[in-house]
Amino acid sequence: MSMDLIISALVTTIGITTPILLAATGELVVEKSGVLNLGVEGMMLVGAVTGFAVAFTTFNPWLGILAAAAAGAASALVFGVLVLTFGANQVATGLALAIFGIGLSTLIGAGFVGMIVPPFTSIFPEELARDPFWRLIFGHSPIVYLALIMVMVVAWFLKSTRWGLVLRAVGENDLSAHSIGYSVIGIRYAAIAFGGAMAGIAGSYFSLVITPMWAEQMTAGRGWIALALVVFASWKPGRLLTGAYFFGVLMTLELYAKASGFSFLPSQFWASMPYLMAVLVLALISARERTGSEAPACLGKPFMPGE
Amino acid sequence: MTPKNNEGAAAGVARLELKGITKQFPGVLANDHVSLKVMPGEIHALLGENGAGKSTLVKMIYGIMQPDAGSFTWNGAPCVMSNPKAARKLGIGMVFQHFSLFEAMTVLENIALGLDAAIPQRELEAEILRVLDSYGLKLDPQRIVSTLSVGERQRIEIVRALLLKPKLLIMDEPTSVLTPQEAEQLFETLRKLAADGCSILYISHKLHEIVALCETATILRGGKMVATCDPRQMTSRAMAELMIGANLKEVSKAPSRSFGAAKFTVADLSLAKLGDFGVALRHISFTVRAGEIFGIAGVAGNGQNELLDALSGERTSTSAETISLQGKAIGKLHPSQRRLAGLCAVPEERNGHAAVSEFSLTDNAVLTARQSQNLTSNGLVNSGKATSFAAQVIQSFAVKARGPSSTAGSLSGGNLQKFIMGREILQAPGVLIVSQPTWGVDAGAATAIRQAIVDLAAKGSAIVVISQDLDELLGLCDTLAVINLGQLSKVMKVGEVSIEEIGLLMGGVHGDPAATVHMTEAMHAHTV
Amino acid sequence: MRIRFEKRPEPSNFMRLATPVGAVLLTMVLGALLFDALGYDGQETIKQFFFTPVLASYKWQDVATKAAPLIIIALGLALGNTAKIWNIGAEGQYIAGALGGAFVAYLTPDVTSHWIIVPMLLAGIIGGALWAALPAWLKTRYNVNEVLSSLMLVYVSLQLLSYLIDGPWKDPNGHNFPQTAAFTDAQLLPRALPGTYVPPGLVFAIVLTFVFWVAMKRSIYGFDVRVSGAAPQAARYGGFNAKRTVWSTLLISGGMAGLAGILEATSQLGQLNLGFPSGYGFTAIIVSFLGRLHPIGIFIAGFVLAITSVGGQVAQTVVHVPSASGGIFQALMLFLILAGDVLVRYRIKIVHSASKAGAAA
Repeated sequence: MSMDLIISALVTTIGITTPILLAATGELVVEKSGVLNLGVEGMMLVGAVTGFAVAFTTFNPWLGILAAAAAGAASALVFGVLVLTFGANQVATGLALAIFGIGLSTLIGAGFVGMIVPPFTSIFPEELARDPFWRLIFGHSPIVYLALIMVMVVAWFLKSTRWGLVLRAVGENDLSAHSIGYSVIGIRYAAIAFGGAMAGIAGSYFSLVITPMWAEQMTAGRGWIALALVVFASWKPGRLLTGAYFFGVLMTLELYAKASGFSFLPSQFWASMPYLMAVLVLALISARERTGSEAPACLGKPFMPGE
Repeated sequence: MTPKNNEGAAAGVARLELKGITKQFPGVLANDHVSLKVMPGEIHALLGENGAGKSTLVKMIYGIMQPDAGSFTWNGAPCVMSNPKAARKLGIGMVFQHFSLFEAMTVLENIALGLDAAIPQRELEAEILRVLDSYGLKLDPQRIVSTLSVGERQRIEIVRALLLKPKLLIMDEPTSVLTPQEAEQLFETLRKLAADGCSILYISHKLHEIVALCETATILRGGKMVATCDPRQMTSRAMAELMIGANLKEVSKAPSRSFGAAKFTVADLSLAKLGDFGVALRHISFTVRAGEIFGIAGVAGNGQNELLDALSGERTSTSAETISLQGKAIGKLHPSQRRLAGLCAVPEERNGHAAVSEFSLTDNAVLTARQSQNLTSNGLVNSGKATSFAAQVIQSFAVKARGPSSTAGSLSGGNLQKFIMGREILQAPGVLIVSQPTWGVDAGAATAIRQAIVDLAAKGSAIVVISQDLDELLGLCDTLAVINLGQLSKVMKVGEVSIEEIGLLMGGVHGDPAATVHMTEAMHAHTV
Repeated sequence: MRIRFEKRPEPSNFMRLATPVGAVLLTMVLGALLFDALGYDGQETIKQFFFTPVLASYKWQDVATKAAPLIIIALGLALGNTAKIWNIGAEGQYIAGALGGAFVAYLTPDVTSHWIIVPMLLAGIIGGALWAALPAWLKTRYNVNEVLSSLMLVYVSLQLLSYLIDGPWKDPNGHNFPQTAAFTDAQLLPRALPGTYVPPGLVFAIVLTFVFWVAMKRSIYGFDVRVSGAAPQAARYGGFNAKRTVWSTLLISGGMAGLAGILEATSQLGQLNLGFPSGYGFTAIIVSFLGRLHPIGIFIAGFVLAITSVGGQVAQTVVHVPSASGGIFQALMLFLILAGDVLVRYRIKIVHSASKAGAAA
């Protein structure tokens, strides 16, 4: 295999990994605060369509990303109101959010089908990315760098800041955090909004970078993979990064396998690989570690302080 | 909102004064015009039985809840405790009964969370070590909480409160999880704090502690303040009657009791620990005879829950012979099979373990009595039979409930516990295992439950009572052993064993009388 | 002044019934506003979505056709949801069931007896149950979250369907379309009422609703499922085996989805093609919640959702909204019913601000 091929494979991997990484980073923060939001796929789609619509109408991809984040956060807050203020079941509400996001994005996107925007690829001068090796470093969309920065920021936030500590405390023991005087609900709202914003940006990566156009359900289940990734990473940002690249490599292999005539296996086999691998990986992780010990203790439990 | 307080230096100005504090919950008036004064440097007891409204009152003082009516003054100035932060700002610290700790985090992180200012880790650690040192306490700031003993966990809460240099420290039932020796150590710390000018509001229902520690006591009953007194001037019995509001009924137990043959035998029972926070059981052996009440004492978290699960069949043993009932090996049987063999159990946690709070009492009867009482046929529940069994339990055990269709969650703790005990006892078990039978239960219900246990034993059942309440065990049991770190001590006869010895065993010390803290008097003052 | 939730001493039975109705009504109002905001005629959209399918009698059979599979799948899912075992992959089990039944059909093109339909239906149930068995095994053996594993398998089932109908099971006379050969007459399930389009699935839905109702209300298995969901520790204490509950709820809900799948294939499509996956498996999740996990409630909710689904097609042609926007109504309904749950256990209390306590300060 030539150097060029390897580099282009790596560039593809980075591209494929980015949205999963972004969405999973957001979800990791949400789950660390003790909330399970299964609606990632829906929030990604809402972000994808909003990002596209705004970038298309304003000719400004940056505004598109911003709008995607806002739309993702807004749809997450619908979920937030239900599970935090109304104490609704988190699993069911998360599913409702996923279905809602699919429906809403289709509705909003109906007017944009078939339009395209210029792909939002590189922010660095083209000269820097011309050489294949440098392209590996400078040749990406700003969202790629954002994703990497956000993982590091989240890692630092959770480990070294006071609010990170409070957020973990809320996820670990909501009643205690409440009785010490922290606003469990307030902190969870913030975490949910952040998770939504990250999912929104992840979605916009599909509609602004990968294929600079809108298509129904274009995120193709990656939101669910992001959820699996958080479990796979045992709620640790470092492992989230490696885990995301593991999935990224798998999906890249799928693309190359399809393209380079591994025809003895049907294409459907390759297409179902990431999902089968996700199941397998979940099984391996859960078998190796006694699950439950790694997860935030309050994950998924409703909290109603008013008795 | 609060003018600069002058530290209440002026003589006669209360550090904290409550006037007419009232709190209404749906269906219950938790606090009804409660007024009290805590003076600087005073150790003030708040006394009352379970459900008297003590916890609600201190939650309002600490700003976790807001009163419906009434007012607070702090050093003579009116104030509002809008949240715990505001309370801490005034100088109020609190040590919770159920610790507000984070299991998976370090001691240091736990303490940092209790402070309102962000202090760099290293400074905080130095500060913690200084406080520990000045009160003679031991604690490693880098340990993960889940690895600590209950006593050590309480120390975290105390240090967390002390770091704020409180003017008033609230202690909510602090000794319920301590060995007698640890409790005495805690009293020393509190006396030292009071001597330094810190007021202490000490909540308890244990009279001997209050006599030993406090200068003033405010007694609550049914949410109302019934008396303020000097506990050193009163008999325990008089205070107890103020607290309960009626003449004390005592459990009547036949003076001379004879036991039959060995009925329930546990032989070398070991069980691996489950999860990070579990305790492993190690080589547990004991025998209970027909008619005998056997007690298992110990500080919470030393394997009591694991032992109950192992005895009830919720976790089965690897070898059938480890547990036997009248010679029949039942170690491998599941809970239903053990019930059919004549073994019933009542776990410590009422809601979600012994009963399902959102289910009706009828359904809760079906939960464990469906086989022994023939409440099912052909895979279907016979709802008529189930309802009448539930009604029978309600009637025989004087459970206050609207009827068999009430949900378990609508009952008070004491009534639900009576229902659960009744449900098991009416199945006429040959062996009954109960954990914390009167935990969080009012005095009337507690007496009724203890009486039911004694009566069942009198009919020839073998009974195991697991409890952290040493007084309860000493009053109820014939023989007793102590569980510590999943190991059971030798079996002792109640009446022949000293409290010091039990206390030492609870603390994991096996036979070192030199370490005994002198506290016999305090324990003996307690006659209730 | 602010609003606070105050716990009721007993859950309100009135609210249990009123909140689903309220959720449907409020969905119409919010939906109208939303579609107005997006530049469609909101009122007209609601009319087409909710009322046209009911008022136009020729649409009733369409509604019944869509309601039957929703009810059958949702009955099974409600069992799992009651036990708090979250089977999200019913869509995959629905496909797997159809594949199971189609496999029997594929093997028996020459059988002329109508009895062949029985092994086909059984194979459908087994196919669905097998597809749910993997999440059950992973959960009981390795403690893998069933939400994710069952959902991942939906994507796998879609690929498997695509592979089979474009590969080994491809209709040789199908002009190279990815589809199976049409089922023979013997392999087709007849209409429930001769001469109408009332689907045979409706008969199954009615019978199964009754069976589940009795099972949930009266049987010891129903009790097991309820107590396992409400308080797992109490279930263990009461002598119910948690692993058995996981297995049984997943296998039953998978089998029900599989049954719905093969019923749909043999009574509606008459073959399998790429248009087969219909999203019933996901919509049924909403049906189970809207019906409050109660079989009778699910039966009604199945019709409500079927109405919006038929209405979605009407609205698509009349008001030109995209077909998938029906999902919005469905999700809104689910949001509202979940929010309404709080009213069953809590009552809303308006608190006048700044309690009288210490108001002087």
